[in-house]
Amino acid sequence: MASKQLRILVPVKRVIDYQIKPRVNKTGTAVETTGVKFSINPFDDIAVEEAVRIKEKNKSLVESIHAVSIGPAKAQDILRNCLAKGADTSTLIDSKDVVLEPLAVAKVLKQVVEKQNSNLVIMGKQAIDDDCNNTGQMLAGLLNWPQATNAAKVEFTDNGKVNVTREVDGGEEVVSASLPLVITTDLRLNVPRYVGLQNLMKAKKKPMEKLALKDFSNVDLEPRLKVLSVEEPQPRAPGVKVNSVDELVDKLKEAKVI
Amino acid sequence: MIRFAGRNLQTLGSRVRRSRLASTLAFVETTKEGAIVPSSLNALAAAQQLGNNITALLLGPQATSAASVLKSSVQCTKLNKVLVSDEVKYEHYLPEKVTPLLVNLLKDEEYSHFVVASSAVGKNLLPRVAALLNYQPVCDITKIKDAKTFVRPIYAGNAIETVENTQSMALVSVRASAFEAVPEGSSESAVIEQISLSDGSTDLDVQWQSANLVKSARPDLSSASTIVAGGRALKDKETFDKLLVPLADALGAGIGATRAAVDSGFCDNSLQIGQTGKVVAPELYIAVGISGAIQHLAGMKDSKKIVAINSDPDAPILKVADYGLEGDLFEIVPQLTDKLMQARK
Repeated sequence: MASKQLRILVPVKRVIDYQIKPRVNKTGTAVETTGVKFSINPFDDIAVEEAVRIKEKNKSLVESIHAVSIGPAKAQDILRNCLAKGADTSTLIDSKDVVLEPLAVAKVLKQVVEKQNSNLVIMGKQAIDDDCNNTGQMLAGLLNWPQATNAAKVEFTDNGKVNVTREVDGGEEVVSASLPLVITTDLRLNVPRYVGLQNLMKAKKKPMEKLALKDFSNVDLEPRLKVLSVEEPQPRAPGVKVNSVDELVDKLKEAKVI
Repeated sequence: MIRFAGRNLQTLGSRVRRSRLASTLAFVETTKEGAIVPSSLNALAAAQQLGNNITALLLGPQATSAASVLKSSVQCTKLNKVLVSDEVKYEHYLPEKVTPLLVNLLKDEEYSHFVVASSAVGKNLLPRVAALLNYQPVCDITKIKDAKTFVRPIYAGNAIETVENTQSMALVSVRASAFEAVPEGSSESAVIEQISLSDGSTDLDVQWQSANLVKSARPDLSSASTIVAGGRALKDKETFDKLLVPLADALGAGIGATRAAVDSGFCDNSLQIGQTGKVVAPELYIAVGISGAIQHLAGMKDSKKIVAINSDPDAPILKVADYGLEGDLFEIVPQLTDKLMQARK
């Protein structure tokens, strides 16, 4: 029954910490990244948590959890964290300063999936830096696997199917798919755990394969979209403080919004 | 032969521009009942800004009736064709079923642009289609500068990026709140055409099981002109309903919430406004007991007028609010509701 076992791949991205307010750099070409705190993309953290929970709930179901990240060498910190949370093995694909578009990431991930012989990919629904919400769907397309995006609940049924409750406009829907499958996580799926120091120390012994982008020279990584500029959003005109409900209602009437 | 060479370059991932005709395919989403989903009307308006002739695509069992609704209810001068396929397999827009059809349609030279709304359906579908055609889409655009230059927010709206599409076709998803919907009227010149493409779909094992949609008589959040939203300060579901429902009724407003309120079970998550929920831009947004975290602001800061009712003078929401009223929301909200009811009479 080894074929029924899950070999889960969890792609994770290192992004500017969600609590930091990003600033546009002086040249207006990108967001300032020097001296800024980075963390795991929150949606990816949920993906790691889900993979670990699936394993904890049913040990015999999961053969392995492999975490992968494409990013600068520093992305190994977030991979260590994934290992500490319960991933078994990991791959760091060092991309130096190269920023890849989702299509390129999906193509690289496809090769990782094939190499790891994964049959379930769990990943965040979007990265909080580029806000694309692309990679999971693209990877599923390239692999010709079904996709279950914006997952709020993942259940494995006895007949080997996966029921995924998806968040959609106006509520939720349930889709049922069989493996292999790509799942992307919504915030409601779970609450990720914190990692203790002990687990973090133990994780140092877990394997981390190190590759570079040049190891994927057969993949077209050229950007397709040229960033012309990055700007701060238009600031809103300062508002006024009102002292009573009456004054508020008057102001709203004045502004003709009621 | 020329065509063959073009394909080959494309598969090599080269950025060679093929000469595509300037025309736009717009994916139009319909409800189960056969109405046009509002966000698709915003997407059509964006498609119109591209200046090309538009072909609309409607899929699913209700597509044929929805196509005539589209023709007779909206004025979209650039709309000259409506493609319809009412095959049952397209119901619920499962990407595994719809993608092969879209890939087939788009790999022809006919279209220079493909436009979808960045609704749950659009976001689910577009990247899969794009990857199979070997294109990087431009997602959640808020502005069209020209046929290849688009503006989109990044970092939860904390930065605005302008990108140039260097590919021979542009695949874009449109942030509905950033474009006015196409006006009511009719598009009589549009020709409805049934399509039956053998889409060579491989039967992936995926089924739609069920949906749990929130029924509400309130205006849909993404199109409401007034929104009343509540945060954690509303304490519990009972208080949330007791305070916000009458206020929303007095204004004919939609009700929204922060992630904290949703997580605390005050309301359904489909009401969540923010980077990870809905992005709205109504005329009037009343934030009740909402501190104004970055993730929430990303979803509402483009509202025309923002009112904040909060007891904390340092709450970040007051920095974006046009009118801030500091105080106890449990007193203020009922008073405001009364005043608004009187004003209505």
